[in-house]
Amino acid sequence: MSKKTGEHDCACGKGLTRRGFLSTAGATTAMVAVGGRVNVNVAQAAATEITSEEMAKVTLEINGRPQRLLVEPRWTLLFVLRDRLGLTGTKVGCERGECGACTVLIDDRPQYACMTLAVEAAGRKITTLEGLMEGEQLGPTQEAFLEEDAFQCGYCTPGQIMAAEGLLRANPAPTAEEIATGMSGNLCRCGAYTHIFNAVKTAAEKNRS
Amino acid sequence: MADDQKDLYYTKDLPVPETPPAGKEPAPWEKTNVIGKRKPRVDGYERVSGTAVYPSDVTLPRMLYGAVLRCPHPHAKVRKVDISAAEKLPGVRTVLTNDDPAARVKWRWAKGHEVLLFDPHCRFEGEAVAAVAADTPQQASDALHAIQVDYEILPFVVDERKALESGAAKVHSGGNQVKKDSYSRGDVAAGFAEASAVREREFRTEAELHTPLELHGCVANWDGDSLSIWESTQGVYAVQSKVAKTLGLPLSKVRVIGHYLGGGFGSKLEPGKYTVIAALLAKQVARPVKLFLSREETFLCVGNRPPANMKIKVGAKRDGTLTALEFVASGTGGAYPAGGTAILDWLVRDLYTCANVRCETTDIFINGGPARPFRAPGHPQCSWALEQIMDELAEELGMDPVELRLKNIPKVSQGRGGIPYTTTGLEECIRQGAEAFNWQQARQAAQQANQSGSHLKRGVGMGSCVWFVGGGGPPSTVIVKLFADGSVNLNMGASDIGTGTKTVMAMIVAEELGVKPEMIQIENADTGTTQYATPSGGSKTVPTEAPTVRLAAVEVKRQLLQMAAEELGVPVENLRFEGATIAAQGDADKSVKVTALEQLNKRGVAVGVGHRGPNPEKKSVNPFAAQFCEVEVNTKTGEIKVLRFVGTNESGRVMDRLTFDNQVFGGITMGIGLGMTEFRQFDTGQTGKLVNKNWHDYKLPTALDVPLQMTSLPIEMPDPEANNAGAKGLGEPVTIPTAGAIANAVYHATGVRITSSPLNPLQVMRSLTENRREEG
Repeated sequence: MSKKTGEHDCACGKGLTRRGFLSTAGATTAMVAVGGRVNVNVAQAAATEITSEEMAKVTLEINGRPQRLLVEPRWTLLFVLRDRLGLTGTKVGCERGECGACTVLIDDRPQYACMTLAVEAAGRKITTLEGLMEGEQLGPTQEAFLEEDAFQCGYCTPGQIMAAEGLLRANPAPTAEEIATGMSGNLCRCGAYTHIFNAVKTAAEKNRS
Repeated sequence: MADDQKDLYYTKDLPVPETPPAGKEPAPWEKTNVIGKRKPRVDGYERVSGTAVYPSDVTLPRMLYGAVLRCPHPHAKVRKVDISAAEKLPGVRTVLTNDDPAARVKWRWAKGHEVLLFDPHCRFEGEAVAAVAADTPQQASDALHAIQVDYEILPFVVDERKALESGAAKVHSGGNQVKKDSYSRGDVAAGFAEASAVREREFRTEAELHTPLELHGCVANWDGDSLSIWESTQGVYAVQSKVAKTLGLPLSKVRVIGHYLGGGFGSKLEPGKYTVIAALLAKQVARPVKLFLSREETFLCVGNRPPANMKIKVGAKRDGTLTALEFVASGTGGAYPAGGTAILDWLVRDLYTCANVRCETTDIFINGGPARPFRAPGHPQCSWALEQIMDELAEELGMDPVELRLKNIPKVSQGRGGIPYTTTGLEECIRQGAEAFNWQQARQAAQQANQSGSHLKRGVGMGSCVWFVGGGGPPSTVIVKLFADGSVNLNMGASDIGTGTKTVMAMIVAEELGVKPEMIQIENADTGTTQYATPSGGSKTVPTEAPTVRLAAVEVKRQLLQMAAEELGVPVENLRFEGATIAAQGDADKSVKVTALEQLNKRGVAVGVGHRGPNPEKKSVNPFAAQFCEVEVNTKTGEIKVLRFVGTNESGRVMDRLTFDNQVFGGITMGIGLGMTEFRQFDTGQTGKLVNKNWHDYKLPTALDVPLQMTSLPIEMPDPEANNAGAKGLGEPVTIPTAGAIANAVYHATGVRITSSPLNPLQVMRSLTENRREEG
């Protein structure tokens, strides 16, 4: 029996898979609870298959600076941030919208950079972990994560911090249940959730003072 | 290397050197200023700012991206690989297959299982068939899709429960039984005969996948004949020795760097084929190659916690004294020998006092990805069975589950022929945990609440454990350098896998030398610049490295005191080390600042070397734990809410209370995964393929699955015999009793004993429905 390989249900090369689309929709729903608004753009874009390899010209506003780039339409925002711009604070965990390691803020709301094409992000305000810093000074959410030991291996941490930052921008004084819900789109395999909850509380207090 | 440290799962197959004698060990700390406090991590800034460079963040000039083509079938032979289309694609720099002589190196899965790197006989889905390197990861992925492979698809078996049946497909020509191990002491038949209560039941835990957040992989780069590898690993030396051996390179020509890693849990104790493939690709194109697996690949081929099928029988006298324990179990490490039943029976052998014990375990081959050690191998599985049968026994005897366990606390390690533990906190873990949990009241309150007839049922459950090892041991060498300005450099080979190793070691130096932890720079996990260390696993890193770091710091202190004695003209024994200054006792005028010592300033540095001393002879060093939880079961939907958890741990001295608590909560969270959400599902009938190879279908616990109330209660018992720091391991005992404790709580809530993991709504509803049917 002769059989062509390539059964990998990889979302990277040929547009997005149905499951990937559902994850995106799920992420959007989760955001409703936090942000109060539905982000329609993500779901619509995910329904379109893009296979062109023509380079596209985009301007991305990253951490307050416009960056003019040539990108393949299939490149994700995650790939461009890490591999084209060297912003490795944003981590890669699954590339299919399941873990949240690549969470960045787009227009102040947490989104998975692996589920956002770079071309989709044009004209939006993108904030990465590096963008929370004031020079070498940590931002309050980062400080809170450090003080509360809200991580172990630290790999999901940038995404957790961005999710917390987005949660607090939308809801400056979340309850314990709101914190758990707001952080539930980010997996931590080390299981540092208890300390993450403490850190979000502490960050909220820091923001108030 | 001490015999008790040889061939442990985290040193298996490794050529482990011996370290020189340790010399005189310092007395235990009587009072500490730094150790035991809540100290945020010394590398916390790097981790929260994004400046920490994990191996997957490494980018080198001219770097290419590698990817591996994997067999999509559980069992197949590769007839032909056609790479002609792939080679012509834009950006593709090389395609490597078994047809290329450069790829024909031998990969050793286990002793007697040395196969070709791209072995044409693929025994599991996800086995490597070919590899590519291209300018971008997208182009590498395109190239994989363009490779045409002609497979001869072979019969498969992916369920170990069927693999020993006659007619089952053979994974290897010699049959599907890897091995059978047995253990016995006393007379089990006599033990059961003397019992007034006997309980017996079959249990199963499903296979669990590690899936650390950082993918497995590395960046490989050659400088002529020297190979550098930045690998996401728990042990740089383990990677170095295997890569050097596989490629026939001198150790000095293989440098492995792993300053950070994004989680491993045992799956990164060793390198993978991907490491060797990255090196070969890099050699072919004479450029650096980054090869990180996709998330799907990590579900297939970089390890798992094997499933366990366990039949357990226990007998006891009317007063709860155990008279016999019998444990017959099977498991699978996948397609190659990989510890499918490794230390699966240890809790039965060692945890509770019992004179008559018989264990039998059968390790079986299936066409599945090979296992790798997973946080406390064998133990959470065994705990699932043992703790549940203990609860059944308690019910039969009309005893409280806590009382039954307290009735059977051993003072010696029965599994090791009765040698004593240096300390055992098992009893105190259970006693103090029950008190902190308010066990009896909570138990009664739940029972009362359940009388109301509501579909929401409450229950409490508990479990306890010992961990097989956890005392650490040689080898380890550490160098502490104190510079003339009072700052310190600490050099050790061990990886910090997220447990806070670096922070604890900085605290030890700070404790001994009186410097601030912020003034300590740590170099670690680099075979080119740091000292030998076995991989960070087995809960051995703190008990191995802490006493070694302390010895190195004490040596620096000895040298400083010697300098001060000469410069002040005071005998050494009359001097007191006070951190920043050294002062003569009873003579306030005679003192010198460490940074003002002339000899130190002349040399610029004082260097102390520490070697890990041996563990105590004929004693066992083990950590102990107990966990208590309360759950609410929705009997209409099968959903379980874990309301609270209390974890008590006796791990010797608490080094950093902040990272200690974090480990405890993390272990409980991972145990919730094993007990409630995680399972590997093969399509056993039609294709033999893994059907849930992603985090959408394979559920890890999220922030919504952990209780908001989590309590960590350390039971500190001085253990001066264990090592000079008095510390024992923590990372594994924290996850052992969790799943069993939850199952006990669910039984307490519902009256239904669910014997197979995970306790997800589907499983719970199935059990509750079956039970209703039986009752009806």
